[in-house]
Amino acid sequence: MKPTNTADPEYFHRVVDCQFACPAHTPVPEYIRLIAQERYTDAYMVNWESNVFPGVLGRTCDRPCEPACRRGRVEEEPVAICRLKRVAADFKDDVSALMPKAGPKNGKKIALIGGGPASLTVARDLAPLGYEMHLFDAQAKGGGFMRSEIPSFRLPDSVLDEEVGYVLDMGITAHFNTYIDSLQSIIDKKYDAIFVGSGAPRGRDLPNVKGRNAGEKNIHVGLDWLSNVAFEHTKKIGKKVIVLGGGNTAMDCCRTSRRMGGEDVKVIVRSPFADMKASPWEKEDAIHEGIPIIDNHVPKEFVVEKGKLVGMTFDRVEAVYDADGNRELISTGEEPAFYPCDDVLVAIGQENAFPWIEKSTGVRFTSWGTPIINDDETFQSTRKNVFFGGDSAFGPANIITAVAHGHKAAVSIDMFCRGENPEVDRPDPRFTLVSQKMGIHEWSYDSIPIDDKREAVPLVDLEKALKSKTLEVELGFDVETAFVQAERCLNCDAQTVFTESTCIECDACTDICPTSCISFVENGSEEDLRARLLVPATNEEQDLYVSGNLPTGKVMVKDEDVCLHCGLCAERCPTAAWDMQKFFYTMAKATPDLLEAAE
Amino acid sequence: MSYIKPKFRHPRLPTNNLGYTIADYDGAISTLCAGCGHDSISASIRNACFKSSLHPHRIAKISGIGCSSKMPTYFLSRSHGFNSVHGRMPSVATGASLANRDLTYVGVSGDGDTASIGMGQFIHLMRRNVNMTYIVANNGCYGLTKGQDSATADLGSISKYGDVNGFDGIDLASLAILQGASFVARSFSGDKEQLEPLIRAAMAHNGFAFIDVVSPCVTFNNHNGSTKSYAETRDHLDAMPVDFVPMRDEIRTQYAEGTSQSVTLHDGSVIHLRKAVSGLATNDRQSALNTIKSNEDKARILTGLLFLDPDTQNLSTSLELATRPLNELGKDELCPGSKVLKSINEGLR
Repeated sequence: MKPTNTADPEYFHRVVDCQFACPAHTPVPEYIRLIAQERYTDAYMVNWESNVFPGVLGRTCDRPCEPACRRGRVEEEPVAICRLKRVAADFKDDVSALMPKAGPKNGKKIALIGGGPASLTVARDLAPLGYEMHLFDAQAKGGGFMRSEIPSFRLPDSVLDEEVGYVLDMGITAHFNTYIDSLQSIIDKKYDAIFVGSGAPRGRDLPNVKGRNAGEKNIHVGLDWLSNVAFEHTKKIGKKVIVLGGGNTAMDCCRTSRRMGGEDVKVIVRSPFADMKASPWEKEDAIHEGIPIIDNHVPKEFVVEKGKLVGMTFDRVEAVYDADGNRELISTGEEPAFYPCDDVLVAIGQENAFPWIEKSTGVRFTSWGTPIINDDETFQSTRKNVFFGGDSAFGPANIITAVAHGHKAAVSIDMFCRGENPEVDRPDPRFTLVSQKMGIHEWSYDSIPIDDKREAVPLVDLEKALKSKTLEVELGFDVETAFVQAERCLNCDAQTVFTESTCIECDACTDICPTSCISFVENGSEEDLRARLLVPATNEEQDLYVSGNLPTGKVMVKDEDVCLHCGLCAERCPTAAWDMQKFFYTMAKATPDLLEAAE
Repeated sequence: MSYIKPKFRHPRLPTNNLGYTIADYDGAISTLCAGCGHDSISASIRNACFKSSLHPHRIAKISGIGCSSKMPTYFLSRSHGFNSVHGRMPSVATGASLANRDLTYVGVSGDGDTASIGMGQFIHLMRRNVNMTYIVANNGCYGLTKGQDSATADLGSISKYGDVNGFDGIDLASLAILQGASFVARSFSGDKEQLEPLIRAAMAHNGFAFIDVVSPCVTFNNHNGSTKSYAETRDHLDAMPVDFVPMRDEIRTQYAEGTSQSVTLHDGSVIHLRKAVSGLATNDRQSALNTIKSNEDKARILTGLLFLDPDTQNLSTSLELATRPLNELGKDELCPGSKVLKSINEGLR
């Protein structure tokens, strides 16, 4: 193999598994260390710079970081990254003085359609540069999906109001209660650029299932229903409720039903339990609240008697997988199953819809109904001054993905407004790599990992929780638990940096490495090298770090897979050929020095 | 400085025939200087015991005094150990091996502990052919007392303080061959591919096995002008690679004719010498001595198996000791009673 090019920041970026998995590339180990040091405000600001909504995400994030966490490969459970983020938000001081302000006006005007996480991120990234920004949303408050579809027992309004407020306070002109029914009308107002972050608001329905129309009164599209609950249009539901669907929205629907009068609430899903789209912890939370999940049942009919819905029948199926892993649901041939109910919530996904965008605007759409966009870097539509982001760009995803879209779209909009082509010469991500050596054998971080296990976040009493739809169920970690949980982090951003010119091949690093990551072997192809290491490197998602030729003709090969970043290789190295260097990486943003700019 | 090694190990560590992983052979974290050759030797001993599937609790580690003699702490935490007086490890090893002939004995010593203060004991250990593996971590200086020349420092080697050594060094391997040791090898701490099989062979050998390991002192003897630095040793190394095939394993590697020699040990294990230098006959003391000497004259360090007598008789055998360890002998065997005494007396009348 060729020597690893560590000058390319993407190599070390991939080593920080959590940060790499995060769509917004939040510097996770950095803020977790700050939490351990009780520097909650600093931890919050590191988060805020990167993901704009730490308090919201610390409760609701889809957590792509946690399945990626190295600790999950070394031990069983990953670091409780998401809930540590909430700790930073819970224990921070007043941060309003630290927030950046709008910059001096640059004479450019931007319209933001929709007040969700993508639009708010664009607004935040562009405000310090002096853009005049107008945000339009049909609802009375900002937050979009975060407000309408996440129940407040998971995300209190106060947390959302605070974080939406930080953005709006940067001189954004918000036009709430304003539904935009024509893109042309916005274009006519001569904005320099328009960002569409209107989300994917329409929940999918089952219009072709028998009895859908007859049972109309008691059949609700899950997302609309959640939104109605949030805005208090809907105050109760029947005693027996069936929730159709296996995603996180279905889990929100069933748990909300339990709080709205539902006593016998069931989730019924087409796919096998293991294939359900809902996150494992969301399924656990539903089951914990006494909600059974019935899998392998395909809706057949809404049964309506005397004009009233009385139940549903389902075909019983089995999942069969072909060689490529494609799934087919095949009827078991049994009698259809009947489940009585008073109400049905349909939570089987969302559809994009842009009825308000006229063809004449030049914004064109794919056959899937999503806008045609340059790529997932520029977010520029077929009309050059219109940009998309969040769920409106590629369909339903999650908050952190919408934030990541917002950062990239803001870069594009800024380039476009300065007369540059957003497709070429986009700014690079920023990174630093700094030695953490504090003494002969001493590092700036707690290098030796602790053995403590992951702990679950404490919950409020179930009986109390079910009586209220605003009482937050999760209590959050206290300071002591947060410290231990933070210390479980392996500090993967403390990179093992190898300098081959100073290596004397004494083997000290190989001998000390607790997880047998380092081998000195003759070079070969990647496949060959992977098989010849001290412990064969079978996890091909993880890179090999390969040096150039050493004096004996061998090369150093480090399997990044289960490296503990404990620094013992560097401690035992007599010539400092190994060094532990902190890699700090941030994705390119329209205002790269956001926080410094505030000072 | 970290004094704790993390508990986490690679989740897919291979196991040996006993079901142990290499971690079961680990010791405490080393307190020697970073990069010390001795740590590599510790790792080689650990790896050798793992690969040979020895039960850690059937091994005894014995040492004297010095940097080298601290080593047993850093491998095989689950084995027996005795850290004795300076240069007196041979006495303890002799006693232990006579008392319990079933354990595997690994003695670890240094050039000071063996070639200076312990020379008298060392010679007798070989003369008696005690069944053990004796490893000298040889760095040519007294590292623990700031790097003075030791008795194995080479003539002309320059100390860290700039003094040129005016004495010929003692060549422990030649001495061992001359003194009748039944297994003599030399190796380099930085060449685990050779050192590990040598240690495994030495442990399988039924008699006194001596390995002189050049082990650079990274703090006091790793500078330009030193003849035992990493760079200097690598430059002058003539390594004869060794493969060790334990008796229960099938021989899989094919060796081209004429390029290798193989020796079968007492227990049926086989040692293969690859690329042995011409003229070396490992069953002939004179040939081994000549080959070492001629390489030394060319300023080459010959490493590998130098001499082996696989059919030797160790001390327990030559003293006709009980075939079982003393701790397994009961009262009836140790004190057979007046009847037996009477019959002995009768026989003498």
